[in-house]
Amino acid sequence: MTSMRTVALTLAAAAAALAFVAAPAQARTTQAELKEGGWAFESPLGRFDQAQLQRGYKVYAEVCSSCHSMNLMYYRNLCQQGGPFYDPKHPNPNEAPVCKAIAADIKVPDIDPDTGDATERPATPADHFKAPYANEAAARAGNGGALPPDLSVMARAREGGANYIYSLLQGYKDEPHGLTVPDGKYYNIYYPGDLGSAWSGPKDKVPVGGFISMPFQLVEGRVTFDDGTKSTTDQMAKDVAAFLAWAAEPKAEERKQTGLAVMAYLILFAGVLFLSYKRIWRNVEH
Amino acid sequence: MSGHSTYEPKTGFERWLDARLPIVRIAYDSAIDFPTPKNLNYWWTFGGILAVCLMTQIVTGVILAMHYVPNGDMAFNSVEHIMRDVNYGWMIRYIHANGASMFFLAVYIHIARGLYFGSYKAPREVLWLLGCVIYLLMMATGFMGYVLPWGQMSFAGAVVITNLFSAFDQVIPGLGTAITTWLWGGFAVGNATLNRFFALHYLLPFMIAGVVGLHIWALHVTGNNNPTGVPVKSKADTVPFHPYYTVKDGFAIVVFFILFAWFVFFAPEALGHTDNQIPANPLVTPAHIVPEWYFLPFYAMLRAVPQKLFGVLTMFGAIGLLFAVPWLDRSPVRSMRYRPTARWFFVLLVLATLGLGWCGGMEPDDVVIRTGQTANGDPTGFTVTWLARILTTYYYAYFLLVLPLLSRNEKPSKVPDSISTPVLSGGGAALPAGAAAEPQKKG
Amino acid sequence: MSDSIGLEQANAQPALGGGHGAAPGEEPSRRDFIHIAAIAATVGGAGALAWPLIDQMNPSADTLALASIEYDVSKVAEGQQAVVKWRGKPVFVRHRTPKEIAAARRDDHADLRDPATDASRVKPGHEATLVLVGVCTHLGCVPNFGGGEYGGWLCPCHGSVYDTSGRIRQGPAPKNLEVPEYAFTGPTKVRIG
Repeated sequence: MTSMRTVALTLAAAAAALAFVAAPAQARTTQAELKEGGWAFESPLGRFDQAQLQRGYKVYAEVCSSCHSMNLMYYRNLCQQGGPFYDPKHPNPNEAPVCKAIAADIKVPDIDPDTGDATERPATPADHFKAPYANEAAARAGNGGALPPDLSVMARAREGGANYIYSLLQGYKDEPHGLTVPDGKYYNIYYPGDLGSAWSGPKDKVPVGGFISMPFQLVEGRVTFDDGTKSTTDQMAKDVAAFLAWAAEPKAEERKQTGLAVMAYLILFAGVLFLSYKRIWRNVEH
Repeated sequence: MSGHSTYEPKTGFERWLDARLPIVRIAYDSAIDFPTPKNLNYWWTFGGILAVCLMTQIVTGVILAMHYVPNGDMAFNSVEHIMRDVNYGWMIRYIHANGASMFFLAVYIHIARGLYFGSYKAPREVLWLLGCVIYLLMMATGFMGYVLPWGQMSFAGAVVITNLFSAFDQVIPGLGTAITTWLWGGFAVGNATLNRFFALHYLLPFMIAGVVGLHIWALHVTGNNNPTGVPVKSKADTVPFHPYYTVKDGFAIVVFFILFAWFVFFAPEALGHTDNQIPANPLVTPAHIVPEWYFLPFYAMLRAVPQKLFGVLTMFGAIGLLFAVPWLDRSPVRSMRYRPTARWFFVLLVLATLGLGWCGGMEPDDVVIRTGQTANGDPTGFTVTWLARILTTYYYAYFLLVLPLLSRNEKPSKVPDSISTPVLSGGGAALPAGAAAEPQKKG
Repeated sequence: MSDSIGLEQANAQPALGGGHGAAPGEEPSRRDFIHIAAIAATVGGAGALAWPLIDQMNPSADTLALASIEYDVSKVAEGQQAVVKWRGKPVFVRHRTPKEIAAARRDDHADLRDPATDASRVKPGHEATLVLVGVCTHLGCVPNFGGGEYGGWLCPCHGSVYDTSGRIRQGPAPKNLEVPEYAFTGPTKVRIG
């Protein structure tokens, strides 16, 4: 039994060490400590708030999507189980009226089958979210040389996830005296950067944060929410962060629910096997 | 050990088959009736756990290969396709990705168990060497598998590891470049590299399975070591593998699965890196590249040595030492349970390896012990690089100095006469040598 | 199944079986509830795990989403057919001549292997347009347009002959060419699927 305890402790310690080692070391870049969104969906069994996802999609559609693509997302995803517009009455996302309507409002590029010319047609639920630019070069040309990153997995691709997005979108502060902001860039306290070379003040007081190419977007009231929620900067940032967190892993809720069942089964199974083991070994002195 | 077979075919079909292909006999003798020391503790369950890990990886891997596209333009999106659209694809992929970590966690414990209880000593040298080969193959497989999602960290990992071979330029100018160009199939890591890594990543697990077969064969020739290190003297020392160890291993496997499932379902990205969610871009390297956690100790050794070629040699040498262990350790006592001094050196080795792992995850010039600061406020002092140098030195010293020399001055504690008498009663040598079938102590 | 019981009996009497160290006493019986529970849990777990491993081969969500297409049948000249791809399969859109329609109707009550009237295989008011899944019901080859004795299709693989309504007339195929689910969404537009 002692070896079991030691092995169990070792495994626990190893798991903890793994989580610790896997945490990335700090590079030279700095950023302000992220704001916490207080997300329900981050807890082990947490779920997304559907109303929030709907608001978040609206922020993406009306603000972000004018520069940022989400190439891994399809309109049908919005109506699949766990999605912003999921309706149990229409379990098949390809046939859900809401998604058909959302898609039909958007014109996507296509090829005319008769002439071979580029043309446009209304999107269907099977279409990718329409990208704002035809290609990377066009995206850069439209944004002063900077490439607006694809947002499909953004919440998984940045340290801090949803908190990072939530913070960054409202991290635009007036630059401190002594910081020279380059043309076409904006000072953001949550954007990881090394501002040492743009700073003329004391060397040990380099401001945290970095220069980002995206200007501040979420002006109060920019999006009008259908459910009457007050459209503050904080609210819009929070909602779109939640939407991007969902989009980064649409199967997260399914994963956690499956996990609960698997855990319950494994723990019971382990208990039964332990008793079986004890019984088989009860007469062996070892 | 295995001696004569106790398998008796019961049905006519079994007799018919046994005369033509004694496969049931082999299975019976090696997995049912195999005499196993009765005192194996839970550290011994990791062999079974590893077998399950390998099967899990092969099954989930073959499935992933049904959906994955090994093409530089499509690999990243095909992985996301698995995560989003394939039925249960997210589960299968997370099992595979975290399964690699679980596999390495189990193999490190398995190796440490072998080192502590002297499982590499005669007559088990070949068993140990085969294990080392499996470990090497695992490292190659794990590395190439990590490249396949074709994210930024995948790409950077492929670049850095393949560039290790460019160190040969310092032996024969041009040799390293020729090797790396050959490995890449181009002038940089690219689509050709991804394709061959996929092919090899698919192949190597089956080679591992083959060597595992040899490993188990070798195990069944010599029989298990056990925590006392004392060879089995009589049947009283053993129990049949089934049901005694099938149920014990089974229990341990399920407990291990609880940890595994926790990662898969509740922290699937905890062991990954956010940069790998960005598609590979040859024009940008992530700010801070780190290998997967299971390579960190070796990565720390690589960076601890300032000279490129010697850094590479130090890293590979650390693995190479494992192959020599059976001949480095001169102690006549097998298990460290009876080597109080060696035990402390072993604990230090474990701590040094964990410390190296920690170093591998930090920036080389991060400061561990701060003694001052520079003009712009950055701390100065004892850096990660220096810590890694000390720990690397200890790692090498353990194998090259402690194992060969310690036994000269060491005072082992009393080793029991047999497995069945772990606690000695007065005169330990009361029983005549080779006394068979010691009377059972019945409850 | 009885192996382990036999073994444990051997263990109980070392003199008989060569005797492992497993102590005897009451032998653990397979009938013990706890062992049955353990085996049941193993089997149940393996069964539950098998389903995701099998289901992953079923069509993925993106495949299921691409289930319908639109086509303008006015592009097909009389007497010709167009082949469009739908769910990865060819769909024949045939603009039949009056003669072909008449021939198809004439055979409505002939001795058919898979009886069906021509009217049941087209949309009312669009009798000239025949929409069929272009997959031979024998073993899946794509039949050739205009071949065979009935002027419908002839499958190149094993010689199945279809008439101008796509009904099987000769050869090994058991069924008529399948009419996919489709509807006219405009005077000349069809939506397949």
